[in-house]
Amino acid sequence: MNPVSELKRGIWTENAVLKLGLGLCPALATSSSVENGIGMGVAATFVLICSNVVISAMRKIIPSKVRIPAFIVIIASFVTVVDLVMAGFLPDLHKALGIFIPLIVVNCIILGRAEAYASKNAVLSSAVDGIVMGIGFTVALVAIASVREILGNGSFFGINILGSGFIPMLLMILPPGAFLAIAFLLAGMNQVSAEK
Amino acid sequence: MDKTLYISSSPHVHEGGTTAKAMRDVIYALLPCVVLWIYSFGVVQPFIVMLLAIAGCMASEAAWEKVRGLPITIGDGSAAMTGILLALNMPPNSPWWMALLGGVAAIVIGKQVFGGLGYNPFNPALIGRTVLLISFPVQMTTWMMPRTHEITSATPLSEVKMAVGLTGAIPEELQAQLGSVLFGGFGGQLGVLSGFALLAGGCYLIYRKVITWHIPVSFIGSALVLSTIFWLVNSSKYPSPVFHLFTGGLMLGAFFMATDWVTTPITPKGMLIFGAGCGILTILIRLFGGYPEGVAFSILLMNSATPVIDRLTVPKKFGLVTQKG
Repeated sequence: MNPVSELKRGIWTENAVLKLGLGLCPALATSSSVENGIGMGVAATFVLICSNVVISAMRKIIPSKVRIPAFIVIIASFVTVVDLVMAGFLPDLHKALGIFIPLIVVNCIILGRAEAYASKNAVLSSAVDGIVMGIGFTVALVAIASVREILGNGSFFGINILGSGFIPMLLMILPPGAFLAIAFLLAGMNQVSAEK
Repeated sequence: MDKTLYISSSPHVHEGGTTAKAMRDVIYALLPCVVLWIYSFGVVQPFIVMLLAIAGCMASEAAWEKVRGLPITIGDGSAAMTGILLALNMPPNSPWWMALLGGVAAIVIGKQVFGGLGYNPFNPALIGRTVLLISFPVQMTTWMMPRTHEITSATPLSEVKMAVGLTGAIPEELQAQLGSVLFGGFGGQLGVLSGFALLAGGCYLIYRKVITWHIPVSFIGSALVLSTIFWLVNSSKYPSPVFHLFTGGLMLGAFFMATDWVTTPITPKGMLIFGAGCGILTILIRLFGGYPEGVAFSILLMNSATPVIDRLTVPKKFGLVTQKG
């Protein structure tokens, strides 16, 4: 297992949001600023790594008929950890992300990796899979959020970069902006892949 | 070769119409309104806004088609027409970048991403306007008064909306003032004069068979009927039907944007349903919605219903008899 090619798989060839079309709901809802995007990405990555490791370790004792409820229980435990830690130490971010933290439980990237990878592979490779997929998700969120925050607010990571003369394009901060940013990034990525 | 008889499916006779010819007719029909608009708002500034909107549309269409390796279709005039309609939907004192951006948004988001002319589900000019309205609400709702060219004031629709929102009724002095909308007494309003210019253009299009009467008549008719009902119920809260017809973009929308070939139904019955839906939604948005003007939103909403309307109103085949039993 080559870490570089795994990383490339997570960020580019199997990017959860922009290639597989998974996890679009949090990607649309939490990408209005780079800060929210990174917060969401890190939270989901933590849950992804932990759940992949535990599910992979327990893959031989979970009966296949009840595997989905078992996965959900494991994922929900880690989401509760993230939810409480974030509420305790990053209350502002917790407030900004709101319902989308508890909703990580039903994030299809995490359940998808559990079903497609962790339940069939060894603990170490499942952990690596969780890391690269989580990084891919975070990178996608930051890319979408950068477009939206720069155009819609004239800032990057909360720092004004386009000066006071720039009139922000409110549309990009609002929900239609999320759809537009994702659509154009996705189309651009497909174009680049097709040219290779 | 010339002795062979060819058998092909209908149609056999082509009247020689092309996209370019139809677009030219639409542009001719818009000319009175364009001239009036440019003249009333101070010639130079609106002229520049209009040129930039057209330039934004044509340049982005050409650039997109060049990058995608498609045939470049700016010669057919549809991009230019989108630019003209977009400009008529913007305040004449808009900053230059807003006109350009609106043109790019109209063509790229409204038309080319779907595959170009004929594939777009929504009216491109209205997509451009809506992108601008949501992005820059302040700039898009600050209009200048016609002829005086200096004072910028709120449109009468937003004044009515604000007054009703604050007090639940239209105040006496505003009520008395509303009549002057017909003669351009408010920001951005040309009133009756532009109404007649648009009516003339619309009639020319119907005469040239570019559009049919169905959509404009049912659009304006349903708006008239619904606003009359509200006005009769409570005239201190709901403005008069005449006010509704001659403010905002109702006439422009009814004749030039709700009649777009690509994005509206093709059956006569479907057109009547489409127009009625536009009229009803326009009045409902104006009276009860969050935005003061509802013409653009109502046409876009009905655009999304067009495939369903077309499917539900397929005409009966001539001579078709359904077997009983």
